[in-house]
Amino acid sequence: MESLMAYVVGILFAAAIYMMLRRSIVKLVIGLILLSNSANLLIFVMAGMTRGAPPLIPDGAQAPLGAVADPLPQALILTAIVIAFGVLAFSVVLIRRAYEIVKTDDLDQMKDTDT
Amino acid sequence: MIPELALPILIPLAAGALSLALWRSVRFQRLLAVLATLAMFASGIWLLRSTMDHGFLVMEMGSWPAPFSIVLVADVFAAIMVVLNGIIGLAIAIYSLASTPRGHEKFGYYPLMHLLLAGVGGAFLTGDIFNLFVWFEVMLLASFALLTLGGEKAQMEGAIKYVTLNLFSSAIFLSAVGLLYGTIGTLNMADIARKVATLEDAGMITVISMMFMVSFGIKAAAFPLFFWLPASYHTPQVAVSALFAGLLTKVGVYALFRVFTLIFTQDTGYTHTILLWVAALTMVTGVLGAAAQFEFRRILSFHIVSQIGYMILGLALYTHLAIIGGIFYIMHHIIVKTNLFLVSGIVYRIFGSYELRDLGGVYRHKPLLAVLFLIPALSLAGVPPLSGFFGKLILIRASLESGEWVVSGITLLVGLLTLYSMIKIWAEVFWKPVPDHITDTARLEGSEKLAKHSWAYYFPVIALATCTVLIGVWGQPIYELAEMAADQLTNPGGYIQAVMGEQGISGAMQP
Repeated sequence: MESLMAYVVGILFAAAIYMMLRRSIVKLVIGLILLSNSANLLIFVMAGMTRGAPPLIPDGAQAPLGAVADPLPQALILTAIVIAFGVLAFSVVLIRRAYEIVKTDDLDQMKDTDT
Repeated sequence: MIPELALPILIPLAAGALSLALWRSVRFQRLLAVLATLAMFASGIWLLRSTMDHGFLVMEMGSWPAPFSIVLVADVFAAIMVVLNGIIGLAIAIYSLASTPRGHEKFGYYPLMHLLLAGVGGAFLTGDIFNLFVWFEVMLLASFALLTLGGEKAQMEGAIKYVTLNLFSSAIFLSAVGLLYGTIGTLNMADIARKVATLEDAGMITVISMMFMVSFGIKAAAFPLFFWLPASYHTPQVAVSALFAGLLTKVGVYALFRVFTLIFTQDTGYTHTILLWVAALTMVTGVLGAAAQFEFRRILSFHIVSQIGYMILGLALYTHLAIIGGIFYIMHHIIVKTNLFLVSGIVYRIFGSYELRDLGGVYRHKPLLAVLFLIPALSLAGVPPLSGFFGKLILIRASLESGEWVVSGITLLVGLLTLYSMIKIWAEVFWKPVPDHITDTARLEGSEKLAKHSWAYYFPVIALATCTVLIGVWGQPIYELAEMAADQLTNPGGYIQAVMGEQGISGAMQP
């Protein structure tokens, strides 16, 4: 399962980079979305996947009995998702405004500030 | 509870929230901006005094013991950076009173500025690697909005590059944190450092360290990852440019210093050699890029890149003296670079252009302004007795002691080319007569506008120029301060013990 997920993460990263290298700014944002998702998935896989063992402590015990899933990566991913949501919402507004002002969605036409 | 450790973050956060609550009253927001940044500066000084007395200050959030809670940690280096954050925040707040267009002020300029300062302060003070990511994002989101405030064509084009590359860097950072957590099983930097030292599999750690290097390298604008910076930094209004130029890339440099002195020291022959060549190439490409430019702020933007090379050089040589040099250079650079952008803003306000070809005769009309440009410009180039001279002297001496002849030669050459660039600005903007195609009326109009608020324009510039001169004249105390910070950075054991071992002064709130 973990090796399968590792391939999925790799493919997602590759797809994200490919989309970001396209000239359209809409595809650029899709690339950013894929990139943040693949990073989140990477954290999920790296922490190890434990099925059917929630990190709950039974009555009377001081520590969980046996191996349980690590809850911390899920907290990290949740935080990262919230941040990515805010940032991507901003990017979507940005590309819309950029399209209105620059009047193109082609990154090759946006070279005025380059040097 | 250690108030001085939390205040540099809490003050700008609270000020930002209060500014949002009083959205309609621009006058109140302006007053609050100055007062809050002043308070932040004061709390930074307090923090610096405290860290100089106690060594390390550690505060555990929610009073959970160290590896489980998020910790705020301040050593002398972090405290220095917080003080600089306060200085730049205060200077920009005062300058903004005059320079920020009314429309920007009504659309949340001040809340965003406070949020940016809070993000920067948080990044300096956190002792948790994931928390560092969160503070980076706080800082980035505020900077995105500030960069696009105004919505001109150039800003949009610059912002797309800036946003994309910074989000890319954040994704790499997040992936690296995930890999690190999977390998080590902790997020507390001190705990990571302790466990990395005992880990058998150093190869994996080196791979992760490279990911951190790329991520922070993008944020610090190191070669070859700097292209977003000169494409975007000259597009927003000048107070925003100056704020970015002073602080944002230096947060990347700070993060590099932190992780490559504390955590990733297991294979310095590999990692720090790469950093050394990155530093040399950053210096050279930055200064050559500046030589080709004819726009005031673009020249300065390329010089940010070039100067980042000097700071990374201090880290890359990784000797005690070199780290001192790097820290000294950061202190000097933040003040000088912000000041140069502020001067360019005054020139723009009076003469209506950033293009060197459209400018001229500033020395004849505004001799004081010319002197105020010359102080930071010569300091940037490293002319004694100004601050940049000592920064370069320490770094070159450190590189000679390490036997890196080529790199020390490059450092000297880049200093010379920096002087060439600054003299180019001096000759074009300040010395040559006013170009024929510029009519007198436009300039006089600008001059009248400035007269209303001239104190708010000139006060920060004069204050920062004074800082530059003082760092040069009183180089020894500043050197000693940098030495204290370098002592702590080169002995990561102290940091680990302070966070993990209840050594030093611990501020856990008792439940």
